[in-house]
Amino acid sequence: MMRDQKLWTWHIIAGAVILVFLGLHMLTMHMEGVIKIGSLNPASARSEARGGEEIHPTSWPNVRARGVRTLYMASYILLLGAALFHGLYGLNNIIREANPAKWVQKAVTVVLLLVGVGLFVFGTWAAIAARAVARAAVPGL
Amino acid sequence: MNDVKHRPNRLGIWGWVGGGRWGMERYLYALHRVTGLGILSYFLLHIIVTSSRAFSPQAWDRAMGMVTGPLFKLGEYLVFVAFAFHAVNGIRLALVELGFAVGEPIEPVYPYRTSVDVQRPLALGALALALVLVALGTVSMWIID
Repeated sequence: MMRDQKLWTWHIIAGAVILVFLGLHMLTMHMEGVIKIGSLNPASARSEARGGEEIHPTSWPNVRARGVRTLYMASYILLLGAALFHGLYGLNNIIREANPAKWVQKAVTVVLLLVGVGLFVFGTWAAIAARAVARAAVPGL
Repeated sequence: MNDVKHRPNRLGIWGWVGGGRWGMERYLYALHRVTGLGILSYFLLHIIVTSSRAFSPQAWDRAMGMVTGPLFKLGEYLVFVAFAFHAVNGIRLALVELGFAVGEPIEPVYPYRTSVDVQRPLALGALALALVLVALGTVSMWIID
Protein backbone atom coordinates (compact mmCIF):
# COMPACT_ATOMS: atom_id res chain seq x y z
CA MET A 1 0.00 0.00 0.00
CA MET A 2 1.38 3.41 -0.93
CA ARG A 3 2.15 5.92 1.83
CA ASP A 4 -0.66 8.33 0.88
CA GLN A 5 -3.12 5.45 0.69
CA LYS A 6 -2.10 4.32 4.18
CA LEU A 7 -2.45 7.83 5.60
CA TRP A 8 -5.85 8.22 3.93
CA THR A 9 -7.00 4.92 5.43
CA TRP A 10 -5.86 6.12 8.87
CA HIS A 11 -7.68 9.41 8.22
CA ILE A 12 -10.94 7.49 7.75
CA ILE A 13 -10.28 5.21 10.76
CA ALA A 14 -9.55 8.31 12.88
CA GLY A 15 -12.82 9.82 11.61
CA ALA A 16 -14.71 6.74 12.85
CA VAL A 17 -13.04 7.00 16.29
CA ILE A 18 -13.90 10.72 16.45
CA LEU A 19 -17.48 9.99 15.43
CA VAL A 20 -17.94 7.73 18.47
CA PHE A 21 -16.04 9.72 21.10
CA LEU A 22 -16.82 13.26 19.92
CA GLY A 23 -20.42 12.10 19.47
CA LEU A 24 -20.45 11.12 23.16
CA HIS A 25 -18.74 14.43 24.04
CA MET A 26 -21.42 16.38 22.17
CA LEU A 27 -24.14 14.33 23.88
CA THR A 28 -22.54 15.18 27.22
CA MET A 29 -21.95 18.86 26.62
CA HIS A 30 -24.60 20.08 24.20
CA MET A 31 -27.50 17.66 24.19
CA GLU A 32 -27.91 16.97 27.89
CA GLY A 33 -31.15 18.90 27.86
CA VAL A 34 -32.84 16.46 25.47
CA ILE A 35 -30.89 13.20 25.89
CA LYS A 36 -29.82 12.44 29.46
CA ILE A 37 -27.32 9.65 30.11
CA GLY A 38 -26.42 9.65 33.80
CA SER A 39 -22.90 8.23 33.45
CA LEU A 40 -21.88 11.07 31.12
CA ASN A 41 -22.56 13.70 33.78
CA PRO A 42 -22.32 11.71 37.04
CA ALA A 43 -22.51 14.64 39.44
CA SER A 44 -25.69 15.95 37.74
CA ALA A 45 -27.29 12.49 37.91
CA ARG A 46 -26.46 12.13 41.64
CA SER A 47 -27.70 15.63 42.43
CA GLU A 48 -30.95 15.18 40.52
CA ALA A 49 -31.55 11.77 42.14
CA ARG A 50 -31.40 13.52 45.52
CA GLY A 51 -33.76 16.21 44.28
CA GLY A 52 -30.93 18.72 44.19
CA GLU A 53 -30.18 21.37 41.62
CA GLU A 54 -29.01 20.71 38.07
CA ILE A 55 -25.25 20.85 37.61
CA HIS A 56 -23.80 22.10 34.33
CA PRO A 57 -21.74 19.54 32.36
CA THR A 58 -18.65 21.78 32.52
CA SER A 59 -18.91 22.56 36.25
CA TRP A 60 -16.09 21.16 38.41
CA PRO A 61 -18.19 18.44 40.18
CA ASN A 62 -18.98 16.83 36.80
CA VAL A 63 -15.43 17.36 35.50
CA ARG A 64 -14.05 15.77 38.68
CA ALA A 65 -16.52 12.86 38.59
CA ARG A 66 -15.54 12.05 35.00
CA GLY A 67 -11.86 12.76 35.60
CA VAL A 68 -11.37 10.11 38.30
CA ARG A 69 -12.34 7.34 35.86
CA THR A 70 -9.47 5.71 33.98
CA LEU A 71 -11.79 4.92 31.07
CA TYR A 72 -12.51 8.64 30.59
CA MET A 73 -8.81 9.50 30.73
CA ALA A 74 -8.03 6.83 28.11
CA SER A 75 -10.90 8.02 25.91
CA TYR A 76 -9.66 11.65 26.11
CA ILE A 77 -6.18 10.57 24.96
CA LEU A 78 -7.58 8.39 22.16
CA LEU A 79 -9.87 11.22 21.00
CA LEU A 80 -7.00 13.72 21.21
CA GLY A 81 -4.74 11.59 19.01
CA ALA A 82 -7.47 10.73 16.50
CA ALA A 83 -8.73 14.33 16.24
CA LEU A 84 -5.24 15.82 15.89
CA PHE A 85 -4.32 13.36 13.14
CA HIS A 86 -7.65 13.69 11.32
CA GLY A 87 -7.71 17.50 11.55
CA LEU A 88 -4.08 18.23 10.75
CA TYR A 89 -3.89 15.66 7.93
CA GLY A 90 -7.07 17.21 6.51
CA LEU A 91 -5.54 20.70 6.79
CA ASN A 92 -2.39 19.46 5.06
CA ASN A 93 -4.51 18.13 2.17
CA ILE A 94 -6.39 21.44 1.89
CA ILE A 95 -3.12 23.39 1.76
CA ARG A 96 -1.81 21.05 -0.96
CA GLU A 97 -4.97 21.77 -2.92
CA ALA A 98 -3.89 25.42 -3.15
CA ASN A 99 -0.91 24.28 -5.27
CA PRO A 100 1.96 25.71 -3.21
CA ALA A 101 5.57 25.07 -4.27
CA LYS A 102 7.02 21.67 -3.32
CA TRP A 103 9.24 23.12 -0.60
CA VAL A 104 6.22 24.91 0.94
CA GLN A 105 4.29 21.62 0.97
CA LYS A 106 7.17 19.91 2.75
CA ALA A 107 7.60 22.75 5.25
CA VAL A 108 3.86 22.78 6.01
CA THR A 109 3.88 19.00 6.56
CA VAL A 110 6.82 19.28 8.99
CA VAL A 111 5.23 22.20 10.89
CA LEU A 112 1.88 20.41 11.17
CA LEU A 113 3.63 17.24 12.33
CA LEU A 114 5.50 19.15 15.03
CA VAL A 115 2.31 20.98 16.13
CA GLY A 116 0.41 17.67 16.24
CA VAL A 117 3.05 15.79 18.23
CA GLY A 118 3.53 18.76 20.59
CA LEU A 119 -0.18 19.12 21.30
CA PHE A 120 -0.58 15.36 21.69
CA VAL A 121 2.20 15.21 24.30
CA PHE A 122 0.79 18.27 26.11
CA GLY A 123 -2.81 17.02 25.99
CA THR A 124 -1.82 13.54 27.16
CA TRP A 125 0.09 15.01 30.08
CA ALA A 126 -2.95 17.20 30.90
CA ALA A 127 -5.33 14.21 30.84
CA ILE A 128 -3.08 12.17 33.17
CA ALA A 129 -2.40 15.09 35.52
CA ALA A 130 -6.10 16.03 35.56
CA ARG A 131 -6.94 12.51 36.77
CA ALA A 132 -4.51 12.95 39.68
CA VAL A 133 -6.06 16.35 40.55
CA ALA A 134 -9.58 14.87 40.36
CA ARG A 135 -8.63 11.89 42.54
CA ALA A 136 -6.97 14.16 45.09
CA ALA A 137 -10.25 16.09 45.33
CA VAL A 138 -12.27 12.95 46.17
CA PRO A 139 -11.81 11.67 49.72
CA GLY A 140 -11.01 7.96 49.93
CA LEU A 141 -9.45 7.60 46.45
CA MET B 1 4.30 0.95 -16.54
CA ASN B 2 3.19 4.36 -17.80
CA ASP B 3 4.16 7.43 -15.80
CA VAL B 4 1.20 9.12 -14.19
CA LYS B 5 1.07 12.71 -15.41
CA HIS B 6 0.66 15.17 -12.54
CA ARG B 7 -2.30 17.43 -13.18
CA PRO B 8 -2.41 20.20 -10.58
CA ASN B 9 -5.77 21.41 -9.43
CA ARG B 10 -5.56 24.84 -11.06
CA LEU B 11 -8.62 26.26 -9.39
CA GLY B 12 -7.10 25.58 -5.95
CA ILE B 13 -9.25 26.63 -3.02
CA TRP B 14 -11.26 29.01 -5.26
CA GLY B 15 -12.80 25.89 -6.76
CA TRP B 16 -14.72 25.47 -3.51
CA VAL B 17 -16.98 28.43 -4.26
CA GLY B 18 -17.16 28.04 -8.02
CA GLY B 19 -18.55 24.58 -8.64
CA GLY B 20 -19.95 25.69 -12.01
CA ARG B 21 -22.60 23.22 -13.13
CA TRP B 22 -21.64 20.64 -10.54
CA GLY B 23 -24.40 19.27 -8.33
CA MET B 24 -25.03 19.76 -4.64
CA GLU B 25 -22.33 17.21 -3.75
CA ARG B 26 -19.72 19.72 -4.91
CA TYR B 27 -20.99 22.27 -2.41
CA LEU B 28 -21.23 19.63 0.32
CA TYR B 29 -17.54 18.97 -0.38
CA ALA B 30 -16.74 22.68 0.11
CA LEU B 31 -18.89 22.87 3.23
CA HIS B 32 -17.21 19.72 4.61
CA ARG B 33 -13.85 21.48 4.38
CA VAL B 34 -15.05 24.80 5.78
CA THR B 35 -16.68 23.06 8.77
CA GLY B 36 -13.55 20.91 9.20
CA LEU B 37 -11.34 24.00 9.38
CA GLY B 38 -13.73 25.64 11.86
CA ILE B 39 -13.79 22.57 14.10
CA LEU B 40 -9.98 22.26 13.93
CA SER B 41 -9.47 25.92 14.93
CA TYR B 42 -11.79 25.46 17.90
CA PHE B 43 -10.21 22.12 18.84
CA LEU B 44 -6.66 23.50 19.02
CA LEU B 45 -7.82 26.22 21.45
CA HIS B 46 -10.00 23.69 23.29
CA ILE B 47 -6.93 21.56 24.10
CA ILE B 48 -5.25 24.56 25.74
CA VAL B 49 -8.34 25.74 27.66
CA THR B 50 -9.39 22.31 28.98
CA SER B 51 -5.83 21.48 30.08
CA SER B 52 -6.40 23.93 32.96
CA ARG B 53 -8.12 21.09 34.85
CA ALA B 54 -4.68 19.50 35.21
CA PHE B 55 -3.62 22.29 37.60
CA SER B 56 -6.45 22.73 40.12
CA PRO B 57 -10.24 23.11 40.43
CA GLN B 58 -9.67 26.88 40.77
CA ALA B 59 -7.69 26.99 37.53
CA TRP B 60 -10.53 25.12 35.81
CA ASP B 61 -13.15 27.55 37.16
CA ARG B 62 -11.01 30.52 36.06
CA ALA B 63 -10.62 29.07 32.55
CA MET B 64 -14.35 28.38 32.30
CA GLY B 65 -15.03 31.91 33.55
CA MET B 66 -13.03 33.28 30.64
CA VAL B 67 -15.08 31.41 28.04
CA THR B 68 -18.59 32.30 29.14
CA GLY B 69 -21.00 34.88 27.78
CA PRO B 70 -23.32 35.02 24.78
CA LEU B 71 -20.52 35.31 22.20
CA PHE B 72 -18.80 32.13 23.40
CA LYS B 73 -22.14 30.34 23.62
CA LEU B 74 -22.86 31.28 20.00
CA GLY B 75 -19.37 30.08 19.03
CA GLU B 76 -19.93 26.74 20.79
CA TYR B 77 -23.29 26.40 19.06
CA LEU B 78 -21.67 27.02 15.65
CA VAL B 79 -19.05 24.37 16.44
CA PHE B 80 -21.86 21.96 17.36
CA VAL B 81 -23.67 22.70 14.07
CA ALA B 82 -20.40 22.28 12.14
CA PHE B 83 -19.74 18.97 13.91
CA ALA B 84 -23.26 17.67 13.19
CA PHE B 85 -22.84 18.39 9.49
CA HIS B 86 -19.21 17.26 9.25
CA ALA B 87 -19.90 13.97 11.07
CA VAL B 88 -22.97 12.98 9.06
CA ASN B 89 -21.45 14.10 5.75
CA GLY B 90 -18.26 12.22 6.71
CA ILE B 91 -20.29 9.01 7.12
CA ARG B 92 -21.77 9.63 3.65
CA LEU B 93 -18.31 10.15 2.15
CA ALA B 94 -16.95 6.99 3.79
CA LEU B 95 -19.94 4.95 2.54
CA VAL B 96 -19.47 6.26 -1.00
CA GLU B 97 -15.72 5.62 -0.85
CA LEU B 98 -16.35 2.05 0.26
CA GLY B 99 -18.64 1.57 -2.73
CA PHE B 100 -22.04 1.77 -1.01
CA ALA B 101 -24.93 3.71 -2.54
CA VAL B 102 -23.17 4.34 -5.86
CA GLY B 103 -25.12 1.77 -7.87
CA GLU B 104 -23.93 -1.18 -9.91
CA PRO B 105 -21.09 -0.71 -12.41
CA ILE B 106 -22.48 -0.27 -15.96
CA GLU B 107 -21.05 -0.13 -19.48
CA PRO B 108 -19.93 3.40 -20.38
CA VAL B 109 -22.37 3.81 -23.26
CA TYR B 110 -23.22 7.29 -24.59
CA PRO B 111 -25.21 9.21 -23.31
CA TYR B 112 -23.27 8.47 -20.13
CA ARG B 113 -25.21 8.11 -16.91
CA THR B 114 -23.82 9.69 -13.79
CA SER B 115 -23.67 7.85 -10.48
CA VAL B 116 -24.43 11.17 -8.78
CA ASP B 117 -28.15 10.53 -9.35
CA VAL B 118 -27.80 7.25 -7.48
CA GLN B 119 -25.91 8.94 -4.65
CA ARG B 120 -28.34 11.86 -4.32
CA PRO B 121 -30.81 10.16 -1.91
CA LEU B 122 -27.88 9.41 0.43
CA ALA B 123 -26.80 13.06 0.33
CA LEU B 124 -30.35 14.24 1.04
CA GLY B 125 -30.72 11.68 3.84
CA ALA B 126 -27.41 12.84 5.37
CA LEU B 127 -28.56 16.47 5.26
CA ALA B 128 -31.87 15.52 6.87
CA LEU B 129 -30.09 13.62 9.67
CA ALA B 130 -27.72 16.56 10.24
CA LEU B 131 -30.75 18.87 10.50
CA VAL B 132 -32.37 16.59 13.10
CA LEU B 133 -29.16 16.65 15.19
CA VAL B 134 -28.93 20.43 14.86
CA ALA B 135 -32.58 20.77 15.91
CA LEU B 136 -31.96 18.60 19.02
CA GLY B 137 -28.85 20.61 19.88
CA THR B 138 -30.68 23.89 19.34
CA VAL B 139 -33.47 22.87 21.71
CA SER B 140 -30.97 21.66 24.30
CA MET B 141 -28.63 24.68 24.14
CA TRP B 142 -31.01 27.57 23.57
CA ILE B 143 -34.41 26.51 24.89
CA ILE B 144 -33.88 24.04 27.76
CA ASP B 145 -30.41 25.19 28.96
